[in-house]
Amino acid sequence: MFIINQEIVDLTSEKLRNRFGEALLTVETEMDMPVYIVKKEIIVDLLRFLYDDETLRYRFLTTLCGIHYPDSDQPFGVIYHLHSLENNQRIRIKTFTTLEDITIPSATAVFAGANWMEREAYDFYGILFSGHPNLKRILNVDEMDYFPMRKEYPLEDGTREDKNDDFFGR
Amino acid sequence: MDSNNNKFTVVDAPEGYSGSGFYATRMDKAIGLARMNSLWPLPFATSCCGIEFMATMAPHYDLARFGMERLSFSPRQSDLLMVMGTIAKKMGPILQEVYVQMAEPRWVIAVGACAASGGIFDTYSVLQGIDRVIPVDVYVPGCPPRPEQIINGILKIQDLVHNESGRRRNSPEYKELLAKYGIE
Amino acid sequence: MKEDIRKNIDPTDIAGSEIHEFVTLNVGPTHPATHGVFQNVMTMDGEYVVDTYQTIGYIHRAFEKIAERRAYYQILPLTDRLNYCSSPLNNTGYLMAVEKLLGLEIPKRVQYMRVIIMELARIADHNVCNSVIGVDTGALTVFTYMFQDREKIYEIWEQICGSRLTTSIGRIGGFERNWNEKAWSLLRTFMKEYPPRLKEFETLLMRNRIFLDRTVDVGAISAEKALNYGFTGPNLRATGVDYDVRIASPYCSYEDFDFIVPVGTTGDTHDRFMVRQEEMWQSISIINQAIAKLDAMADKETFNANNDAFVMPAKEKVYNDMESLIYHFKQVMGEIDPPKGEIYHAIEAGNGELGFYIVSDGGRSPYRLHFRRPCFIYYQGYPDMIKGNLLSDAIITLSSMNVIAGELDA
Repeated sequence: MFIINQEIVDLTSEKLRNRFGEALLTVETEMDMPVYIVKKEIIVDLLRFLYDDETLRYRFLTTLCGIHYPDSDQPFGVIYHLHSLENNQRIRIKTFTTLEDITIPSATAVFAGANWMEREAYDFYGILFSGHPNLKRILNVDEMDYFPMRKEYPLEDGTREDKNDDFFGR
Repeated sequence: MDSNNNKFTVVDAPEGYSGSGFYATRMDKAIGLARMNSLWPLPFATSCCGIEFMATMAPHYDLARFGMERLSFSPRQSDLLMVMGTIAKKMGPILQEVYVQMAEPRWVIAVGACAASGGIFDTYSVLQGIDRVIPVDVYVPGCPPRPEQIINGILKIQDLVHNESGRRRNSPEYKELLAKYGIE
Repeated sequence: MKEDIRKNIDPTDIAGSEIHEFVTLNVGPTHPATHGVFQNVMTMDGEYVVDTYQTIGYIHRAFEKIAERRAYYQILPLTDRLNYCSSPLNNTGYLMAVEKLLGLEIPKRVQYMRVIIMELARIADHNVCNSVIGVDTGALTVFTYMFQDREKIYEIWEQICGSRLTTSIGRIGGFERNWNEKAWSLLRTFMKEYPPRLKEFETLLMRNRIFLDRTVDVGAISAEKALNYGFTGPNLRATGVDYDVRIASPYCSYEDFDFIVPVGTTGDTHDRFMVRQEEMWQSISIINQAIAKLDAMADKETFNANNDAFVMPAKEKVYNDMESLIYHFKQVMGEIDPPKGEIYHAIEAGNGELGFYIVSDGGRSPYRLHFRRPCFIYYQGYPDMIKGNLLSDAIITLSSMNVIAGELDA
């Protein structure tokens, strides 16, 4: 359903390779759009580069979300979906990091809309965004002391006593 | 009451003793009759059940026929707290604060599965029923309940209001109930 | 004089000739004007808003975490409760995302039927939003009149899927049953009776002097700022950018329909109101075209793609045919085999681009399901829109943005 504008995609891949070299880890086309996995140090420069480029013009941040792969050696990831409105092309950029060094540079310098999306990723996964103006919890209660969307935490509330888990198959 | 040119019965009079120029009945029956037909609700609408409440207030299902013409958004001026929609744990203390600000006598109706018991959201962030923070009088199940069901719940509240004893709010059982929730 | 009043007030300008007195006002989570639970702590200088601090999350129901537990078809009732004023839009969007992941082909008839219910949902949503703008300016009558039309739309949905508001309409591959005669006759009656009522609503409000004074130049935002924040939908089109997902990346046969995308100029409340109004007229035209196309089709029976691996087979087949029995069992136990991979699918919902990002690991439930919720993203722009405006203007701006709490918090 998303028409892939192959010329723009090839141009994007080529320009990114030329500019970032080996910080750009993989370039592939997934089921519906091109996906780039990059090192986290260059992510803001990459977004700025794609924003400023006069032909590519990826000036719309569609969404930003976190993800957790507990079995991988870089379990926490942030996934950006960019959209170039003039060329009608979408791309997906992924960057991963480890639990010990769970900081990723914030994209708020490039996109004002990344503000709350990064707060949501922090609230759910604990990913810290350096340079974010107000990195606090946004959807959960402020006193919550764990990051609920991580795979090790259950869905249900740990303190409820009136539902018998045996009956619910848990 | 009954007079010679009475074609419509607006309400049924309570049992009483009448003579020329006077009508004697029990105080709390008369007050109950007045209260039940002029409740002022506070619509605490949070999510989808709030839209069904808007449909109930709209002309098609008209809640104003039951005396609820005036919605009050100030807890000090309302009798009936209608909690419609999911109450998250973040919202729980606010709900309790709104309840505490209401003046006696006050009634609470929990509309919808989420307000009654947490509904389909058995998660870490949803309060599993508002009766964990405030005492509830009537529960209306449904997700969302049809306007007819909400009206049924309102009629049950009206029954409760009608038949409430005048001493209930000062009785030790009521005080114990409130103390369970930490409300003085 | 208007420019004087609306200039930006600099809170550090104490040495200036005017005296500023700052007050903190809590427009709290329970407030009649906020139509949803979110909180704004406003710093006010007299009657003007200097800044506002927003708190959301009062109805956070952890949809994304729940979705990791449930099978694909079980997530459908969750999506209802995102933007609950227009549930069929969310439902069809999610189903189309899953069908994209599974690679299902949907028959034309089903696509046209989906277009009809989606456009009905858009009409219902804009109906409520516009009449609520009227209510916030003080015109309570229009709300009571326009809600009647929402009741008519509820009746149509009730005939199709059984439920009024949170519809869970449709299944993977199409619908669960063919639409009956009553649904079609209600739909045709609605399409005949609604346009005059919409016209009546317009005449009550559109040229009303008070309404114009209260909404023109209130809560304006420029196109560059809106794009930087990630605005989509009527809020973005009111600023002049004609981005509509139905035109940019057509889905569900929208390319077969002939409609225009209304665009505003200044991005103020009046433009948002007018864009939504015109979108309702366009939706009416699309539904009429879809009904004409469906009437012209010879096939009147298909209502589902009927790919038995992912869609529950009909009961007669389950009782008589071994394969259908096995497929039925596999689906109920959640043993369907979606491919591994990830997709992103977006539709034009009532408030903008509603996106579904599904990461599948081949199991019965998604590994990660992220909802791109338009309300969450554009509500960030609210402080920018109300700085230096009066409090009553701030309230009107909020209701014209159509922030639905369910979509804000998920």
